[in-house]
Amino acid sequence: MISARLFGILDRSGIIFLVVLVGALVLVPALNLFTPEQSALHVPNYVVQLLGKYVCYAVLALSLDLVWGYCGILSLGHGAFFALGGYAMGMYLMRQIGDRGVYRNPDLPDFMVFLNWKQLPWFWHGFEWLAFALPMVLIVPGLLALGFGWLAFRSRVTGVYLSIITQAMTYALLLAFFRNDMGFGGNNGLTDFKDIAGFSVEAQGTRATLFGLSVLTLIGCFVLSRYLVTSAFGKVLVSIRDAESRTRFLGYRVEHYKLAVFVLSACMAGLAGALYVPQVGIINPSEFSPANSIEAVVWVAVGGRGTLIGAALGAITVNLLKTLLTSGPLAPFWLFALGAIAIGVTLTLPKGLLGLFDALPGKAPASADKPSSPIRTQTARHSE
Amino acid sequence: MTSLAPTSETHLAEPRVTEALLYLDGVSVAFDGFQAINNLSFTVLPHEMRAIIGPNGAGKTTMMDIVTGKTRPDKGDVLFDHGEHDLTRLDEAEIAGLGIGRKFQRPTVFESHTVADNILLALEGPRDPFAAMFGRRNRIAPDRIDEVLSRVKLLEFRDKRAGDLSHGQKQWLEIGMLLSQQPKLLLVDEPVAGMTDAETEATAELLKDIAATRSVVVVEHDMSFVRALGVKVTCLHEGRVLAEGPLDAVAADEKVIEVYLGR
Repeated sequence: MISARLFGILDRSGIIFLVVLVGALVLVPALNLFTPEQSALHVPNYVVQLLGKYVCYAVLALSLDLVWGYCGILSLGHGAFFALGGYAMGMYLMRQIGDRGVYRNPDLPDFMVFLNWKQLPWFWHGFEWLAFALPMVLIVPGLLALGFGWLAFRSRVTGVYLSIITQAMTYALLLAFFRNDMGFGGNNGLTDFKDIAGFSVEAQGTRATLFGLSVLTLIGCFVLSRYLVTSAFGKVLVSIRDAESRTRFLGYRVEHYKLAVFVLSACMAGLAGALYVPQVGIINPSEFSPANSIEAVVWVAVGGRGTLIGAALGAITVNLLKTLLTSGPLAPFWLFALGAIAIGVTLTLPKGLLGLFDALPGKAPASADKPSSPIRTQTARHSE
Repeated sequence: MTSLAPTSETHLAEPRVTEALLYLDGVSVAFDGFQAINNLSFTVLPHEMRAIIGPNGAGKTTMMDIVTGKTRPDKGDVLFDHGEHDLTRLDEAEIAGLGIGRKFQRPTVFESHTVADNILLALEGPRDPFAAMFGRRNRIAPDRIDEVLSRVKLLEFRDKRAGDLSHGQKQWLEIGMLLSQQPKLLLVDEPVAGMTDAETEATAELLKDIAATRSVVVVEHDMSFVRALGVKVTCLHEGRVLAEGPLDAVAADEKVIEVYLGR
């Protein structure tokens, strides 16, 4: 019964995508933990960490595709939700350091001692428990999205204006988190993490577990998103994207739909951020920088908007390229390469990388939920 | 017309109740100083079909915008369902929920959805996000969709992308979507624009069929189509009612000939 419903929401490419993810979920940690280091099959620790990071980005891209690809809300501030989820997790990790910090203070994180603070600010209470921090990872970005979305969608702010205010939102948060008296470590952010749920964050097993959790999260978010976009809810979202006022005259409350998908998407982005932080070992205000959010939009556009799989694929591909190109002599040219990729894909692959697979012989033509061209051209304009 | 108000007062003591399904009285709206609707009054009875004619800029589309909640009038009353609801206080979704459906001048169907999905979204029933995520809208029986599609002669195209339909077929799909909403009042803006003669004729038949069970207001320039409908005609000019009555009487009216039909 459940499997019947699953096959209903997954098309062929969806099943291939899940098989690949499950394969990675099993193989990467196994080859990392159980093969000798000199073996040709061994996956080194840094690769596990790197892949884990990409998977977190893929979850962020998926969340962005849900609002942009299906509902036409081009959010240029999704990095803010990712960063807030990351900060919620970072706060938990800071509290786990306990008296092992430089200043040996059992209650206060190092930066607070350094700032001469005498007690923990009220909003840090509770973060010593994972059971408190985990819901916060969803609630904090979700609440911001709820407040922001309620105001923006109710007053019918759409298109480029909405994109600009999402950008302003993440920039405002960037400036706020830079301030020392905000109580989030200012410029340096939160770092020097020791333990997560009692395990050392540096341990090989912890890293492999975090990678596995990230892949599971991607699978969960993908299946949930796929369920939503194949339900009537998803059809209404696409209707809003293509003909908003028509949808309204049909009796749908467009703002409620936008709000629902925006909040859900923000929660997903927050979850991605929370998994990202223990793997990279730091969260600082630069995660709020507008450029980060725009880069996420480029991932989605490169992979294929309105396809979910394309978004994840785009995030992984672009970041793989970034890793390769920013480590060699080509490093100074990365941003040019990114710009060239964004423009090149927009001009030559209007359906993104995933469109290449659709073009393969023997494959059915693109499904109905692919966006129409006018909105896609915005990608090139915004990713400048 | 304005003359309706005093007569209803004389033989009925109840102030709020009107016979009319749709009742507009003294409605005015201006955009940047341009008086789009100027003291407009008219009524539509239950199960009545009414044709609205008039030159460009007469306020026909603005009138529809006011009834469907897209535009708020500066003054005047817009009442629905025998004076039960004041439409000037409601938004588009609420008005649609009361049972007013609208077909736009240019066919606006959801182009990236299939024909069947267009009807699925239009069918009456709960319209909140949760019903759409997990609830009733996902369990709508295919025969209900097919029933509507066969009525608008699109059954063979049920799995085709709506964007791939011809212009005339899109107009019909949109009429099918309106039918699915089970509205009490249908506002139809230029339904036969761009249609062939055969399609125009079939559309007239379809609209007459629909009007048997609900009220329909049709805005149209095509006089032969209006003649084919054979219903009461209201001619608008500069945001007011210029003449009203059977088509022949209106077409013979000196003022109507002057501003609209031409000599």
